[in-house]
Amino acid sequence: MKTAVIVFPGANCDQDMYYAIKDGLGEDVEYVWHAETSLDGFDAVMIPGGFSYGDYLRSGAIARFAGIMPAVIKAAQEGKPVLGVCNGFQILLEAGLLPGAMLKNSHLKFICETVRLKVENNETLFTSLYKKDEIIRIPIAHGEGNYYCDDATLKTLKDNHRIVFTYHGENPNGSREAIAGIMNRAGNVLGMMPHPERAADALLGSDDGLRLFQSILNHWRESAHAAYTS
Amino acid sequence: MPLTHLEPSPEQIEQEKIYRTMGLTESEYQEVVRLLGRKPNYTETGLFSVMWSEHCSYKTSKPLLKLFPTKGKRVLQGPGEGAGILDIGDDQAVVFKIESHNHPSAIEPYQGAATGVGGIIRDVFSMGARPVAILDSLRFGDLNNSRVRYLFEEVVSGIAGYGNCIGIPTVGGELQFDDCYNGNPLVNAMCVGVMKHEDLQVGQARGIGNTVMYVGASTGRDGINGATFASEEISAKSDEKRSAVQVGDPFMEKLLVEACLELTKHEALVGIQDMGAAGLVSSASEMAAKAGVGIHMNLDLIPQRETNMTPYEMMLSESQERMLIVIKKGSEEEIKAIFARWGLHAVAVGEVIEEEVLRLEHKGKIVAEVPSDALASAPVRHMPSRVPAEYTANQAAPVWKPEITDLAGTVHQLLTQPTLASKEWVTRQYDYMVQTNTVVAPGSDAAVIRVRGTKKGLAMTTDCNAKYIDLDPLEGGKIAVAEAARNIVCSGGEPLGITDCLNYGTPENPEVFWEMEQSVRGMAEACRVFETPVISGNVSLYNETNHQAIDPTPVVGMVGLIDDLGRLTTASFKHEGDAIYVVGEAAPEFGGSALQIMLDGKASGKPPVIDLQLEKKRQDEVLSAIRKGYVSSVHDLSEGGLAAAAADAVFGTEFGADLHFETDPVTELFSETQSRYLVSVPEALRKEFEATVAGAVLAGSVTRSENIEMHFVTESVSLRRPELEKDWRGVLSCAMSAKN
Repeated sequence: MKTAVIVFPGANCDQDMYYAIKDGLGEDVEYVWHAETSLDGFDAVMIPGGFSYGDYLRSGAIARFAGIMPAVIKAAQEGKPVLGVCNGFQILLEAGLLPGAMLKNSHLKFICETVRLKVENNETLFTSLYKKDEIIRIPIAHGEGNYYCDDATLKTLKDNHRIVFTYHGENPNGSREAIAGIMNRAGNVLGMMPHPERAADALLGSDDGLRLFQSILNHWRESAHAAYTS
Repeated sequence: MPLTHLEPSPEQIEQEKIYRTMGLTESEYQEVVRLLGRKPNYTETGLFSVMWSEHCSYKTSKPLLKLFPTKGKRVLQGPGEGAGILDIGDDQAVVFKIESHNHPSAIEPYQGAATGVGGIIRDVFSMGARPVAILDSLRFGDLNNSRVRYLFEEVVSGIAGYGNCIGIPTVGGELQFDDCYNGNPLVNAMCVGVMKHEDLQVGQARGIGNTVMYVGASTGRDGINGATFASEEISAKSDEKRSAVQVGDPFMEKLLVEACLELTKHEALVGIQDMGAAGLVSSASEMAAKAGVGIHMNLDLIPQRETNMTPYEMMLSESQERMLIVIKKGSEEEIKAIFARWGLHAVAVGEVIEEEVLRLEHKGKIVAEVPSDALASAPVRHMPSRVPAEYTANQAAPVWKPEITDLAGTVHQLLTQPTLASKEWVTRQYDYMVQTNTVVAPGSDAAVIRVRGTKKGLAMTTDCNAKYIDLDPLEGGKIAVAEAARNIVCSGGEPLGITDCLNYGTPENPEVFWEMEQSVRGMAEACRVFETPVISGNVSLYNETNHQAIDPTPVVGMVGLIDDLGRLTTASFKHEGDAIYVVGEAAPEFGGSALQIMLDGKASGKPPVIDLQLEKKRQDEVLSAIRKGYVSSVHDLSEGGLAAAAADAVFGTEFGADLHFETDPVTELFSETQSRYLVSVPEALRKEFEATVAGAVLAGSVTRSENIEMHFVTESVSLRRPELEKDWRGVLSCAMSAKN
């Protein structure tokens, strides 16, 4: 599997994502500069966290206009796995690949800590290696992670099992329904505020995030095998 | 057009003594005239006034800084460059430096703290290193004071705002509260970087004819005279100098880091230096002086964000996120391309010349021409010093030892003092995990960062007990270094070297200068014993508000090497049934202790004494026990003594402890006798541990319980972990939610 890690100016978790895939997962990975226009040849796309363009306007609001974004949207339409983490999640929201918006944390401060997440849906290409309702430990680090959407959207998300992760225990940022991660209707675009790439090595406290990347790899292997045999 | 025609003439500057309002003394002005062989014009007077300020020249502290050992087998770069560098093997090196941003933070706390972080990061990547960690040593006044709470809240936000955005983890530091910092908080930021030997860069302008380029953000009128401002006392008038505080842009700096690290690999790069304090003038003159050459610069080419800037304003501006580089002539376009990719300016603004002068051209005229080394050679000031009467009285004071009837209540009260309470309210606001190398997060004795691709780690800490130094600066200076080294050792690291941030009051006061002298002597002596050279540092004087000086606070930033992260230790107990040892005996030493300050409201008497040889021997033994795998946890005993250390060891765990002592309870629990540790050891390894660490006394065992039980001959103390921990964690958030 060959994964692209998109590098926006101001991204600061691009290397963490790169190493989680290269060292943690042991798969091919390359940085793709924001000004590139193609993602052909990549099997999965990662939009890492950080402060793209300084987040001076609104988180992710400028990044959505970057040269690479049409290629990200194309990859999503083609059914390739697209994962946006933290600022990457905000970018996916701004680009309209996922519904809703992100507000400032309800306590108005940046928060960095390892939190407990509940796996709400394990029947996705991102979570197949977790158990349903499993509690996992993944770090968060954000100032604007308070997910908001209107009632109709929330109902759609719930009805279609598109809420993938929720915060377990204390809600750290005031997110609606304690939502930590959601996916698109087709199930191949996941946005989440917690950082699975920071939980890919037990030395750093948790490797619960590694199974997310392994799930993507399994999915890729199965679909490659299916394509080969069909 | 620039208002240069309104500037005073050289004659006016002399006759009306305008140089004095710019920060030069009478004799310094005469020295400038002598060096130039003529009267300086307005721009030139400005250049000298900032470069000869205490902040840039260290003219007062220089004679003391010479006392520090700066050499050692690992030292690749000592003091004098952006940051110092130590070898960590495998052709890799660690780069670090600490710097103060006290004065700006007292006036404009968010930006003051943010730009303090930004500045120290530039010092580190200008050496060719990738910044991997930030530590902050912070001191504020009484949290009951609403202004203090405002300063505290904004400083923390400023550090978080800058560090989180740029993507460098803020992994540790210190936070203390004392009335002496009410009007004058201390904000000292330390940055640590990692590099390959081959990437080492220096700030030198070598090669006649080579091109001088300006890179990064454009120049505005912010921060003009910041260095001079930082060399005065803070007073009611300081608010008028708000414009001397710079504004930071961490996004710009993130781009600058990446572009400069790319530049570092380019063979055309000759030298690189941050435009920090005193901006263009310091970077240009220092790069020229260090290489024994001159620089001709055309100020019309400087990227400017405001119109009609004068040469004076451009040279003295402290706009952030700018660097000066020297490159091989002819490679300008390649260099521009590197920066253009990151959306940054890279503009050729001058060239290296043979004549050893800094020559500035503006609108077709030479507006300043001064010998490059003259700016870097402020006349050294030898200040008189005098032993303070208070010191003599404290030395003669009888031993202070309180009668305590409620031991458990006293422990509770002690742990809920802001200085000893949990710092989570602060550290949660910092992204301490970005870069995914943080092995030990804030809260243990030292933070630990993995060196990616190796099994090595870097342990880092900042330390200074200013109360000890206030009582006895020589002893306190030794203890500051010893405590830092002990913290490194507790993590399983070998202390490598230090950087220091020397914060004091006004050196013209002979008693303040004596404190400087004595504490530096103490630190230097300790550095020799621990073989930890001083590789970088910063001096911050004039930390006084309305003539009230801070306690002398020379902060030690230390980095150590962990050769195998598999043998890492932290302060927390790990296993039920492990034996608990206390290493070192407590003496009734309470001068400057947390207990004394809590009960008396002030420090008095003698601080703990330290035997540096014993300290070193014990550090070596404890480190050896850690490296051999004999221990489960190690914690040093410092502020709050054994009571605080035992609580730290159980907080955040499911454990308690059962301890027995034959000693005096008050001394055992609260004394701050030096060179002591709390260690837990697996039952099966007790013999090995005892044979390795002399002076280890078995005190009890780790229990799976919610209580710390301490049994003394005459009485027993039972501490409830859940309640104690809850109150300990809540102190800062509770204080900060107070209104008005």
